[in-house]
Amino acid sequence: MVYDVVIGLEVHAELKTQTKCFCSCKNEYSKVPNSNCCPVCVGLPGALPILNKYAVEQTIKAGLALGFEINNTAIFERKNYFYPDLAKAYQISQLEKPICINGHLRVGEKDIPINRIHLEEDAGKLIHEGNQTFIDYNRGGVPLIELVTDALKEPHIETADEAIEFLTKLRQIYIYAGVSDCELEKGQMRADVNISLKPKGSKEFGTKVEMKNIMGFKSIHKAIEYEIARQKEILDDGGEVEQETRKWDFEKGESYTLRTKENAEDYRYFPDPDLLAVKISNEDIERIKSTLPIMPGELKEKYVNEYNLSENDADIILAEKEITDLYNECVKLYFQPKTVANWFITEILARIKGGAKLDISKENIVWLIKAVDERKIQRNSAKDLLSFVWGTNLSAEEEAKKQGLLADLSDDFVVEVLNKVLEEKAQVVEQYKREQDPKILNFLVGQVMKETRGKASAQLVMEKLKEKIE
Amino acid sequence: MDITKLSALEIKKHIKSGEVTCEEVTRVFISKILENKKYNAVLEVFDDAVENAKAMDIKIKDGFNGKLAGVPIIIKDNILYSGKICSCGSKFMKDYIAQYNSTVVKRMLDEGAIIIARANMDEFAMGSSTENSAFGVAHNPIDFERVAGGSSGGSACAVALDMCPIALGTETGGSVRQPASFCGIYGLKPSYGRISRYGVVAFASSLDQVGIFSKTLEDNALMLEVIAGGDNNDETSSKTKVDDYLSEIDKDSTNITIGVPKEIIEMVKGLPCEVNFHNFIKVIKDNNIKTKDISIKDVGLGLATYYILAPAEAASNLAKFDGVKYTSRDNNAKNLQEIYKKSRSKGFGKEVKRRIMLGNYVLSSGYYDAYYKKAKAVQGLLIEEYEKAFDECDIIIMPTTLGEAYKIGSKPNDPVETYKEDIFTVTANIVGIPSLSIPYGKGKEGLPLGIQIMSKKFNEKTIYSFAKTIEKIVKKED
Repeated sequence: MVYDVVIGLEVHAELKTQTKCFCSCKNEYSKVPNSNCCPVCVGLPGALPILNKYAVEQTIKAGLALGFEINNTAIFERKNYFYPDLAKAYQISQLEKPICINGHLRVGEKDIPINRIHLEEDAGKLIHEGNQTFIDYNRGGVPLIELVTDALKEPHIETADEAIEFLTKLRQIYIYAGVSDCELEKGQMRADVNISLKPKGSKEFGTKVEMKNIMGFKSIHKAIEYEIARQKEILDDGGEVEQETRKWDFEKGESYTLRTKENAEDYRYFPDPDLLAVKISNEDIERIKSTLPIMPGELKEKYVNEYNLSENDADIILAEKEITDLYNECVKLYFQPKTVANWFITEILARIKGGAKLDISKENIVWLIKAVDERKIQRNSAKDLLSFVWGTNLSAEEEAKKQGLLADLSDDFVVEVLNKVLEEKAQVVEQYKREQDPKILNFLVGQVMKETRGKASAQLVMEKLKEKIE
Repeated sequence: MDITKLSALEIKKHIKSGEVTCEEVTRVFISKILENKKYNAVLEVFDDAVENAKAMDIKIKDGFNGKLAGVPIIIKDNILYSGKICSCGSKFMKDYIAQYNSTVVKRMLDEGAIIIARANMDEFAMGSSTENSAFGVAHNPIDFERVAGGSSGGSACAVALDMCPIALGTETGGSVRQPASFCGIYGLKPSYGRISRYGVVAFASSLDQVGIFSKTLEDNALMLEVIAGGDNNDETSSKTKVDDYLSEIDKDSTNITIGVPKEIIEMVKGLPCEVNFHNFIKVIKDNNIKTKDISIKDVGLGLATYYILAPAEAASNLAKFDGVKYTSRDNNAKNLQEIYKKSRSKGFGKEVKRRIMLGNYVLSSGYYDAYYKKAKAVQGLLIEEYEKAFDECDIIIMPTTLGEAYKIGSKPNDPVETYKEDIFTVTANIVGIPSLSIPYGKGKEGLPLGIQIMSKKFNEKTIYSFAKTIEKIVKKED
């Protein structure tokens, strides 16, 4: 049978802030367990939460970057459940009035509807050693934003590929907006996925199965495909999918039941009486909006329409914010966006793909590109120089001088040498005129280079040569 | 001179003038506590109290002039004092040592108070008689066979028996005013947000406030000046200006209007407090203070609203006491679920368990709208009705309790009968307004009764000055 697949995503991202969500402890990783804690984030009796206003701003920023409506009044609620990593036995979260509502994100040709982004606190960590368990509350109280897609509205995310595209774009936007670093391996971004299947065209939704806390996009992709296949098999056999929460075992590449509907938690949400309602004025929203950088979608339009980059090249440059930022800086210094883009793709990104860390100044990049364009240096020398100064504090210009790579010869002198060569090699010139073999041109250029001890610009020589003999 | 009979203001004066030292004062009060041990008002006398008093003597000699310089204070057992046990009247928490100072303790210490002991209370402040204390009931200072009231019964008894001039309690639905009434002293529940809750073990966060017991109005006002005011550690604390309660206490308040809710007149019919309440109304009228019949239509819904909201918040607030971190763990537990179940079953007393279950019930899916949400709606209604009522008057009066302190163990096992004791006090908490119970009159058995004086939010100064007017009238009549 053919099925429609409906995929819902709940994505958690750790917010970038100075301090935790409800206390003044630093929001940073700390190796020594329980070294970054206070009465509030370990939930001591009598301690009270104080909302970090900047965390609210960051949440608003995330919402604005995704075109959300911002609620003028937001409320924090308690989500009550017992687990040792949850110091107060409840998590401060948001249910009825989250900060951001009704957003969307473009995936392929679809505008995927998003229900909400809300702000909440992270839990601590359990450390198991032998038959003992320890609790580290350093992560407790770190601000998290949770984004929930609206699977009740169309269009839906229907495939693992679309889900990954959604997550990739979301990650890019969060990083661009500066709300989260989204480092996947650090668990700064994690997703819950829920999946249901229904007979093709059916209006009624199938039974939803949730998969919790899957780390890494590859695992998410695998888990989704696995779950779709699992449900399809059950339905094809005439069975019924059970409503449950499953856990993905990435080592085995399969999932197992975590809890069924009967054991579902009742979180007994209610407004946290320790916290005031958050008032967000339209002026606040406008002010925060003005701090948003240009988002990748807008940048792409600019690259394609104004810079004449191909869509593909634009995507490559936009893939990592670090690269995009550097590219934009370089274009600012030397407005040749296409040339700069080519350099980025063929030289800089190639090196990063080869395992290098991005460590080169915009000044060096721009000097090298410009020097080649102005024929001050040969392209190959420029490439070598790029490698030479990469990861150092050296100046490409100084190095070019030191290594004698600068084409300090005047154009007239180069033409003079060229004329001399053409005279001496008149036979070769004749041969070229007959055979039109480009190798012959290269030979002639090589002669000029030899005469000038490599200090002439090969491009210039080639240009002048072509003028003379064609 | 019997120091223990003096007010805090007088004690301060005598210390300052050098007639007595803070050390002597502290020792005298501690002796008083030990003499009256059988009342079970105090759970622990702090062993460093005398040392702290000695240090204070030096400080005072050096010119220190704090508002409470050298005054001995007793705090309820749910207010954190760093390094001291804070057990909340529960065996579950019997060894818990406070890791930091509550804001109220910090503010008192900054003004030179000597905190000498912690007082008995109903477990986690749930109860009206301290019969729910894991450490035994606190006895009534006037009649040993009777209760001192609760949940802050220990603090009230301590003040009434001269163990200290001022004590702190906490209120969620009458836990300061009711024992004050039973023990014949002043008990203030300030406006919600007037005093920081930071470092006070929460019962129902949206209703909890620290309250003040004293033998004189001036001492009460003095203490409020010290501990009131916004706190960056408590979002719900208010930045509203703290008035000079003490200096404004003698302000003439004969030109104000006293509202008497007709619903309260109906409710007191046939109750032991009825005659006394009418006497009080008569006395103010006789003294040419204007009264006005007002209406707070739904005041009778306060009790039901309270017993939904308070347990709901308590169920969540008390979930952290789970045997994992700071409460005593049951050693027979074999896994995590058993740690939770066994520790909590063993650790909490019956009334606390009852309220946790009640609270979780009203918050659970399917019942949330029917109970919790409805109670919040009624709360909104009551706030409006009180606001309207205060358009017509400056002060609202009602009895504090149904009647006099009752006999220990006399309450039937029906919890609802016990909850009804709170009927006159709970609405002030639900609405967030201040209310002072003043000792006024006696019941049939010759025990003290109290009258509540309520005003608009953050208008404690009007309460004090009206109470002062009453005090003068009573003195004149005596």
